[in-house]
Amino acid sequence: MSNVRLSELSPGANAIVAHVEATNPSDPIARRLSDLGFVAGEPVKLVASGPIGADPLLVQIGFTRFALRRSEAARVHVDVSEAC
Amino acid sequence: MSSLRIALVGNPNCGKTALFNLLTGSRQKVANYAGVTVERKEGRYTAPSGRIVDIADLPGAYSLDATSPDEAITRDICLGRYPGEVPPDLLVCVADATNLRLHLRFVLEVRKLGRPMVMALNMMDAAARRGIRVDVAALERELGIPVVETVAVKRGGGAALVERVDREVAAPPPELRDIDDLHAEVRRLLAATISMPARTAAIDDALDRVVLHPVWGLAILAVLMFFIFQSVFSWAEPLMEMIETGIASLGAWVTGALPDGPIKSLLADGIFAGLGSVLVFLPQILILFLFILVLEESGYLPRAAFLLDRLMFKVGLTGRAFIPLLSSFACAIPGIMATRSIPDPRDRLTTIFVAPLMTCSARLPVYTLLIAAFIPQRTVLGVFNLQGIVLFALYVAGIASALAVAFVMKRFRRDKSEHALLMELPSYRVPNARDVALGLWERAKTFLKRVGGIILALTVLLWFLSSFPAPPEGATGPAIDYSFAGRIGRWLEVFFAPIGFNWQICIALIPGLAAREVAVAALGTVYAMSGSDDTVAAQLGPLIANEWTLATALSLLVWYIFAPQCLSTLAVIRRETNSWRNVGIATGYLFALAYLASFVTYQVARALT
Repeated sequence: MSNVRLSELSPGANAIVAHVEATNPSDPIARRLSDLGFVAGEPVKLVASGPIGADPLLVQIGFTRFALRRSEAARVHVDVSEAC
Repeated sequence: MSSLRIALVGNPNCGKTALFNLLTGSRQKVANYAGVTVERKEGRYTAPSGRIVDIADLPGAYSLDATSPDEAITRDICLGRYPGEVPPDLLVCVADATNLRLHLRFVLEVRKLGRPMVMALNMMDAAARRGIRVDVAALERELGIPVVETVAVKRGGGAALVERVDREVAAPPPELRDIDDLHAEVRRLLAATISMPARTAAIDDALDRVVLHPVWGLAILAVLMFFIFQSVFSWAEPLMEMIETGIASLGAWVTGALPDGPIKSLLADGIFAGLGSVLVFLPQILILFLFILVLEESGYLPRAAFLLDRLMFKVGLTGRAFIPLLSSFACAIPGIMATRSIPDPRDRLTTIFVAPLMTCSARLPVYTLLIAAFIPQRTVLGVFNLQGIVLFALYVAGIASALAVAFVMKRFRRDKSEHALLMELPSYRVPNARDVALGLWERAKTFLKRVGGIILALTVLLWFLSSFPAPPEGATGPAIDYSFAGRIGRWLEVFFAPIGFNWQICIALIPGLAAREVAVAALGTVYAMSGSDDTVAAQLGPLIANEWTLATALSLLVWYIFAPQCLSTLAVIRRETNSWRNVGIATGYLFALAYLASFVTYQVARALT
């Protein structure tokens, strides 16, 4: 079981969300990520990345696709080995 | 029977507004919530029982834990604590049946408020096509609230909702057992009530592979933008001419019977000329908005933002700013109006501030006049036309200064916190004609009513300044020279002499306040000529080529890159930011940049020639 950040996945990779790391106690971005479904146990897929500097990232969570900047995706820790 | 007040709430992209359009048709009122620039949409329909139902379309929200002004308003109205708004009797929580993992969480969040509510399971047609089956009875039981199926894009697709709302006595639903983990509850509900063969639609996957491709995606975006621009300028051209001649002949017909005098002059030169200068942009604005609405409805807009976010983020903007800035090439007014699609207030304000730097079409008449008069027709490097290169350089200079200004704002703003992109890329959809038509109608109305009113008032004021006092008996110069505008022009000359503007230019800048291209006609008036804009420009060219130095011409060209003197832009900044301070900042920095750049251009050009 390897724990990496969502921003470190390569395109096409599947993973399971482990937890969302807040950069400070009142990090609105971390809270919003949780609201959008980035919660422990949820399968995610890195679908694509932007044309310039591979930023932002296109992430599939649940039935929805979100564009996340790398700094935003770095808050999401994921487990790679569990995902199929 | 007493009327009922209901509010539609739901995630962005749940089809809430389409449902609102379906229920109300064109009987809707769009305004702002008091004190903020968040759109307030309200309409009404008559239920089968004869009861009048007032319906509000609240801004889309992902959560009641608000992160944008839009979401804060939705939260406060759901909680019934928004000052000046009557709390709704019934909340209709709209959820996209193909995106329930996300939308059910918000339904639960609203459900926890314990207010009377109904859930509308929208886009049931798309769900059926994808083989998604929802056990509505089970969902109703689990949530403890009525659940109805709707198809917002189909005639009659809201009948079940209308019927249910009519039957619903607005009573709070049974107490929900305490849920701490909404996500766990969503998973439980999904497992118990929904069967879904695949997590995404195959068509979305296929389209995104091409549209978001690093090479093809950018190529498609470039071709699309080129096509839109071609259309905005070429399709609008005949319509604009029709409007111009139409208003001119209407003006001539109305004023023809009047005796010469101030009233005739006010109607002809003030009101009709003012109306004309506003209405002439309507075709361009409508065509531009038609494309934006279709792109928005189809789901492409966030994809464009995705492709360009990195580039725009570097200079302190956001990918979402791309479309508003692009629109500003036609006119800053629709561009600034389109910034409403940026939920983050800081990103939105930066975009509004740099939008006037995009070279709008109103600057073209000025550019063409000056370039034709001063830049020789010469071929450079075998293929390029020198005049074309200068025009291109002026456009590039506008973009470059916008990026520079955004970058400087990023460096110097106090709030350096991270503002998120976190943007949903919704499923692709075929745009619905009714929703596009209603959106277009709404924007046309806004443009004509709010912006048109201000511009008309200012044109009349400028007419007054340019017409009074009348020249004395036996005066030889053009009438404007003796007017208030003429005097102001003379005073301004002292200030503008260091950047090479003579008093004629200074006078022309004053009526140019109403619309930039009016400066050309005004220069014509000052040089005592008559005729339409085109003939003025044709004769004016050789004349100014003799009268002005090259340094003056270049200085005026550079001035127009920044062109701070567009009152309509300032009026729309005031309306969209609700702050005179922002109008002051925008005017101040544009003016300072224009003066500085023109000063450098003039002095350098004079030293060299």
